[in-house]
Amino acid sequence: MRSDPKKPASEKQGDQASLGLKIAAWGGLVFLHFPILIIFMYAFNTEEAAFSFPPKGFTLHWFSVAFSRPDVLEAIKLSAQIAAIATLIAMVLGTLASAALYRRDFFGKQGISLMLILPIALPGIITGIALLATFKSFGIEPGMFTIIVGHATFCVVIVYNNVIARLRRTSHSLIEASMDLGADGWQTFRYIMLPSLGSALLAGGMLAFALSFDEIIVTTFTAGHERTLPLWLLNQLSRPRDVPVTNVVAMLVMMVTMLPILGAYYLTRGGESVAGSGGK
Amino acid sequence: MNSVAIPQTQAGNSPLRRFSNLLYRRPNLYLSMLLVPPLLWFGAIYLGSLLMLLWQGFYTFDDFTMAVTPDLTLANFAALFQPSNFDIIVRTLSMAIVVSIASAVVAFPIAYYMARYTTGKTKAFFYIAVMTPMWASYIVKAYAWTLLLAKGGVAQWFVQHLGLEPVLQFVLGTPGVGGSTLSTSHLGRFMVFVYIWLPFMILPIQASLERLPPSLLQASADLGAKPRQTFMQVILPLSIPGIAAGSIFTFSLTLGDFIVPQLVGPPGYFVGSMVYAQQGAIGNMPMAAAFTLVPIVLIAIYLSIVKRLGAFDAL
Repeated sequence: MRSDPKKPASEKQGDQASLGLKIAAWGGLVFLHFPILIIFMYAFNTEEAAFSFPPKGFTLHWFSVAFSRPDVLEAIKLSAQIAAIATLIAMVLGTLASAALYRRDFFGKQGISLMLILPIALPGIITGIALLATFKSFGIEPGMFTIIVGHATFCVVIVYNNVIARLRRTSHSLIEASMDLGADGWQTFRYIMLPSLGSALLAGGMLAFALSFDEIIVTTFTAGHERTLPLWLLNQLSRPRDVPVTNVVAMLVMMVTMLPILGAYYLTRGGESVAGSGGK
Repeated sequence: MNSVAIPQTQAGNSPLRRFSNLLYRRPNLYLSMLLVPPLLWFGAIYLGSLLMLLWQGFYTFDDFTMAVTPDLTLANFAALFQPSNFDIIVRTLSMAIVVSIASAVVAFPIAYYMARYTTGKTKAFFYIAVMTPMWASYIVKAYAWTLLLAKGGVAQWFVQHLGLEPVLQFVLGTPGVGGSTLSTSHLGRFMVFVYIWLPFMILPIQASLERLPPSLLQASADLGAKPRQTFMQVILPLSIPGIAAGSIFTFSLTLGDFIVPQLVGPPGYFVGSMVYAQQGAIGNMPMAAAFTLVPIVLIAIYLSIVKRLGAFDAL
């Protein structure tokens, strides 16, 4: 059933966590967040060439440098466009698939849900090279279009997971009542289903956007000469002179990918397992 | 009666209304209309691509002309067992196993604390605190670790100020684990993998512990078990499905990764980097395709093992 974050107090044990457990748990959280803090810290570092610790001073100078670089702006624009289009496709396909699968049992249902999960369950390298091999043999030049196709494919499951969880909690009798009262299919969808799906769709869309914005492994294969923001970052790592600009962009990417999970959490909380917990 | 019937007949005449009536009477038609777009997308683009890739694994690559010809051969798959290629597979596989075990060890206390000792706001805080690093950009996390482990970077500063340099030198000197510096050692690469996949392990374990009925623990205590015995004989066995579910992610993600091995650790190919190099620099798509079969087969074997441990019920 659901793993509700708020358990009744009666279920809580009377005993206290041992000191060692507390240290291991809170220490684990520190471990998870320390590298992220490092990125935030270095983005404001005054030093130019190296990444010495502790940082020398505080500056916002590198932000203005980064945002006046045409290659940075190009990459941001490309990544945002790709993420937006891929998310849109994923929202349509994911909603359709969840509407088809949530209630009825039919032959092949398990297979279809497995197929939706496959692109994120298998390593990205397999999806990437499979798509590349196919595009090549059909003579399709890799570029923005092929990146979008790849991203949309693995984003579908994110939307699907969010929407189907919400559909399962929505009573089907509402839909029947609406039809009984004379609404046609579109009206039922627009006035009954969409309002209850809205926040789940938004959460799924935000997560899909974050996933696409950050994706690098599939993209390496399908990008051709295009350079998305993660690819730009990867390329920067072999250019130590540019470290301050890289740090600023790294912080930006970090925030674009972290803020949606916070938003999705608040949109879907109190429901079935929280958005995004089923694997990225 | 009449006044009710009029709007109904009007509505019944509208094409939209008739269409939704039709869909209601023919649920299979409705179902197939919903399913056709996603099935077309996934069937044609995704499954089609996978089959195409597999098929190209049988193509012939000519070493002299560097050209691929569609003559079918098993040579690519046989080449996987050449010592140099087999080394790559063993290296990747052992890293995936070690990373999975270490992730489980590090994740367990966090998940256990989350499930048993937090409620309400603290639990929500833990959720978010685990979920944000999970979703935070993969490439930036990997980049952060190159900064951390770099010469003169944060890790070295801590090691120096805690006076642990001899320890570090000793660990780095250990063959099979070490390397000349942290950022070029197996140890460094291992740490980055554990860090990046850790949240994928925490959440399934936490979910499986959350489902553990408290009455079981009380019963165990009533029957005279010490806390340690309860842990070893009740809690740990019942959390195995969660650990197995989490290890699917850590195992499969490590197997296919080629960015982290490229950024951190000693030279030497991983399966992922081999695939990348074969199709890119060398242009040998058939060999790359044969290499992608390695993670697929290993993951299939792994899934059949963890299925017995109940991993799929804990996903």
